[in-house]
Amino acid sequence: MYVYDQYDQQMVDTRVEEFRDQTRRRLDGTLSEEKFRPLRLQNGLYLQLHAYMLRVAVPYGTLSSRQMRMLGDIADKYDRGYGHFTTRQNIQYNWIKLEDAPDILADLASVEMHAIQTSGNCIRNTTSDQFAGATPDELTDPRPYAELIRQWSSFHPEFLSLPRKFKIAVIASETDRAAMRLHDIGVKIVKNDAGELGAAFYVGGGMGRTPMIAPLIRDFVPLDQFITYSEACLRVYNRYGRRDNKYKARIKILVHELGAAEYTRQVEEEFAHLLTLNIEPPLAELERIKVQFANPAFEGGLSDSIGLSNPAFARWVGINTAPHKVPGYAIVSISLKPVGGIPGDASGEQIRVMADLARDYAFDELRVTHTQNIVLPHVRKADLFALWQKLVAADLASANVDQIGDIIACPGLDYCSLANARSIPVAQKIAQRFADPAKSDAIGELKLKISGCINACGHHHAGHIGILGVDRKGTENYQLSLGGSEGADCSLGTITGPGFDEDGVIDAVEKATDVYLANKQGEERFLDTYRRIGMGPFKEAIYAKEPVNG
Amino acid sequence: MVEQHLRFRTDEPVADPAVTVDSFAQQTNAVAVRLEPGDDARDLLPYLERLKLVEVNFPAFTEGRGYSSARILRESGYVGELRAVGDVTIDQLGALRRCGFDSFAPEAPLSDAEAETALLRWKEVYQTAADGRAPIWALRHGLAR
Repeated sequence: MYVYDQYDQQMVDTRVEEFRDQTRRRLDGTLSEEKFRPLRLQNGLYLQLHAYMLRVAVPYGTLSSRQMRMLGDIADKYDRGYGHFTTRQNIQYNWIKLEDAPDILADLASVEMHAIQTSGNCIRNTTSDQFAGATPDELTDPRPYAELIRQWSSFHPEFLSLPRKFKIAVIASETDRAAMRLHDIGVKIVKNDAGELGAAFYVGGGMGRTPMIAPLIRDFVPLDQFITYSEACLRVYNRYGRRDNKYKARIKILVHELGAAEYTRQVEEEFAHLLTLNIEPPLAELERIKVQFANPAFEGGLSDSIGLSNPAFARWVGINTAPHKVPGYAIVSISLKPVGGIPGDASGEQIRVMADLARDYAFDELRVTHTQNIVLPHVRKADLFALWQKLVAADLASANVDQIGDIIACPGLDYCSLANARSIPVAQKIAQRFADPAKSDAIGELKLKISGCINACGHHHAGHIGILGVDRKGTENYQLSLGGSEGADCSLGTITGPGFDEDGVIDAVEKATDVYLANKQGEERFLDTYRRIGMGPFKEAIYAKEPVNG
Repeated sequence: MVEQHLRFRTDEPVADPAVTVDSFAQQTNAVAVRLEPGDDARDLLPYLERLKLVEVNFPAFTEGRGYSSARILRESGYVGELRAVGDVTIDQLGALRRCGFDSFAPEAPLSDAEAETALLRWKEVYQTAADGRAPIWALRHGLAR
């Protein structure tokens, strides 16, 4: 993994010093809340319903065990003993005191971490594939490109007051595990006919109240022009993105209103100009970063066999592990979705347990996934049983990854000042409804996502089943949608019809899964069946009048 | 009211009032212009030789278009005064300076000491911008001029 040099360390240390000064000026009244707001936001500090919330960046979702342990310690020392892993591979703490924030940032800096640009109208933390460097299906490890973007986008002087927030994702495999086309910029590392690596740029995707799938605007940007092209995309947005209406300020609206062709033309014109200015880091810099993402010292000649005599272990292996590029190894997903729990939450102690497990079994590395789980990327198959036993002891062995219980949910009305409806209780009730492993296994892969307001932080548009909580005349109402996907087959869900109350939407979800099971052909997933048979049969079942019994 | 003016140039300030982009294009003797956020800085490129002062207005400190305007002018060879005016705050000074501003006339006066601290804070930078500073990647690879 990437290790800071003196320069990177100096940058985060300076930021701590700067924020300490800004916080001091806020606390002594020199700085008004209005002026302080964008400053604290660019350091990840939100004022929420009950307290300040601090969002810490986990660049491209990669952590060392030392960093993970610090996240657990911060949960205990400054929060109420919990951290919440987010859909952008970050972690946030919900009970922070303003006067503690500079000390937390200093603790983070001591392990090469920060909260820089985790909110505010700037370039946010760059996300990536949680299986990067471990999966057999990637062209190359996408993280060096994400690190290059991290450095370029950190404190970029021209892009600190954009019309709106800006999110970038980088992947390098056909299987998209990072919802790449639902980002402001989605980068896919590709190979051209000459066998050279380059970057395909998709620009103008996003969720929120106007979901859009990003169009491809350039199929191949040479690697020695990668940052220059990114800069051109951002400059056109900074100059022409709408600033008159907060809800129309994301780049997706600009690209949509101009048309992808015209936006592309403007980017290409700016790109041609910027190429003359030599703003691109040399390829040697990319190589310097790449070396740090080299493979760990994998053992050769390991067996792929796993003793599966324990049925609970066998089920967990089947659901929570994925193939690794090296024989004898597996990728392990640790679900943070126990039945009845809060999706993405982990206690300080659980976070430290996961840190220890990464140190002992996974070459010291962990990943945060956009589905709010944790990944141990490189585990020997021979160690899986011992690892699983330790996960069971820490209440971290839920076997439900990509199943209906593996729900993405935003914090909702329980924590968030923007929300119109609660998300967490709905997620908990659905998980309970489908808690029977046999029921969940029969349904198989089903990505269910819940947002507590139209801002769509819970990615409901991209759920095979999506739930959107809205406020309808003072009561919480839940809209159901079907057929979304965040993957390479990216699509946006379609609303089934009128909304439901909390219990009603859970019944409706169950009816939708019943329709799937009744119509499923062969190995079809819920999404495949929906795409084949369409909305009709689902709608009919969901809105059927209950028979009235005498 | 004494207007505060932080200036990082040694030449004499231009006394002429800055006029709008439209007026500037019509007045062939004008040397000072004021860019509003919606103005296209590239409209000034034909006049760089006679331009001595460009004021870039920040009606709100969250307005970010002026940063691009400034860089575009510097990238195109403009060497006259580039002055940030309006809602200019301590915490923007560093980024504004990096984008090529060499003069600041904030509508609310700033503490000189705090301004100095803010401007000296960042010893190194990650990107190439309009201030000629060598980015960290150049230092790492011995490419700094």
